[in-house]
Amino acid sequence: MTREDIIAITIQFLAEEFEIDPNVVIPENHLQQTLDLDSLDYVDLVVVIEENLGFKPTKEHFEGIVTFNDFYDFAEKQVAKLAK
Amino acid sequence: MDKRVVITGLGLYSSIGIGKEEVTQSLRMGKSGIIYDSSREDFGYRSALTGMVEEPNLKGELTRRQRIGMGQPALYSYCATKEALEQAKINIEYLEKNETGIIYGNDSTAAAVIETIDKIRSKKDTTLVGSGHIFKNMNSSVTMNLATIFKLKGINLTLSAACASGSHSIGMGFLLIKQGLQERVICGGAQEVNPYAMGSFDGLGVFSMQTANPQKASRPFDKNRDGLIPSGGAATLILESLESAQKRGVEILGEVVSYGFSGNGEHLSNPNLDGQYKSLQMALQQAKMQSSDINYINAHATSTPVGDGIEAQAIFNVFGAKTAVSSTKSMTGHECWMAGASEVAYSILMMQNNFIAPNINFEVPDEHSKNINIISETKEQKIDCILSNSFGFGGTNSSIIVKKFVT
Repeated sequence: MTREDIIAITIQFLAEEFEIDPNVVIPENHLQQTLDLDSLDYVDLVVVIEENLGFKPTKEHFEGIVTFNDFYDFAEKQVAKLAK
Repeated sequence: MDKRVVITGLGLYSSIGIGKEEVTQSLRMGKSGIIYDSSREDFGYRSALTGMVEEPNLKGELTRRQRIGMGQPALYSYCATKEALEQAKINIEYLEKNETGIIYGNDSTAAAVIETIDKIRSKKDTTLVGSGHIFKNMNSSVTMNLATIFKLKGINLTLSAACASGSHSIGMGFLLIKQGLQERVICGGAQEVNPYAMGSFDGLGVFSMQTANPQKASRPFDKNRDGLIPSGGAATLILESLESAQKRGVEILGEVVSYGFSGNGEHLSNPNLDGQYKSLQMALQQAKMQSSDINYINAHATSTPVGDGIEAQAIFNVFGAKTAVSSTKSMTGHECWMAGASEVAYSILMMQNNFIAPNINFEVPDEHSKNINIISETKEQKIDCILSNSFGFGGTNSSIIVKKFVT
């Protein structure tokens, strides 16, 4: 799975599951603020990430993720780990 | 001094109609909402008969976060409550500023619980279930969701009393307003409609097996009845102090004048004549009414051989042979946790529109039902006062009296 694949899949599940306008999912945008995530939303975000990208981020992982770009960087590493 | 308690809004999401207009038409026409659901047969049901209510799709109306904790009971009750609030001319801005409570009858969330457990079994990881399930799983799912969506700041609780849940919710709302503790309470009852909800009930062998003609299967009080038919949906009534309703200048649909109740303290499932008699007598005494003041009784009668017989005796003992009686379960099936609220709502619709809905399929009386005045065909009649009975497993009885509002 390439970074482009990860971005496309992420935008798709955010649009479908979180009912987010795909146009606001811009790499530089702040993930928590753009998605207006509360503590319950993070629980659901973990579920859709696991279902769509195959890995399960922890609360600690999210602490280091600020922008969508940060998430894509993190997701790329996780997907690469899974491929090994 | 006690406050007078009036009803200013009704909302219905029922197997005989979505909304008051459709329901009124069905009641007048004696239209049945019963179908044969073959998926229940495949699932292992003894009887695949059911009242059917489609699950509403609220995407676009409520946000993802509002919807995520809503299972069937909450979805149905949202639709009924929205309709009732609209009739009462109450919007969310008003509710945010004016304390309003909610007491809603519900006694299961079977489908939601099973879906959650299936997911945990499959994933072997509770953190992959998602955030909504806990709020769908709890019995208070309806009240927690509606209180959040409608910004309710008053009493907030779910009332579980088996098939009398909806009726007791009206009774408890009535008492709180009467005592001046609340100005308005949203009352009602919800019942999920899915195979998971009623499998264990079907297993008791008390559902009708007259599957050849589903619309003829629910036959309360008829000699040839052979069991009830499960059903569901939701019904909401807006109860309000008379002062509040008059101050807001809204139409008053009826006045709740009493709430009789009792417990049998006996068998888990068998009804009890003394308990029903006590509930009826308490309702009349509290309202300071004679039995002849009641123009119409909406019976609990579910179409079971034992239950209907006991109720016919209780009605005869208190009201004699003249008072008009019908069981709307002949059309709707048994709406269980919803029934006590929906049947008060159905009765108010009849009172407003001057007719008595028929106890359809009542063709041959039995030894008890022959003694009371069961209305088997729609009767045009002015109604000033109704009584609605609800009796539930564990011996919980409730009788609500509503009369036309007179200044």
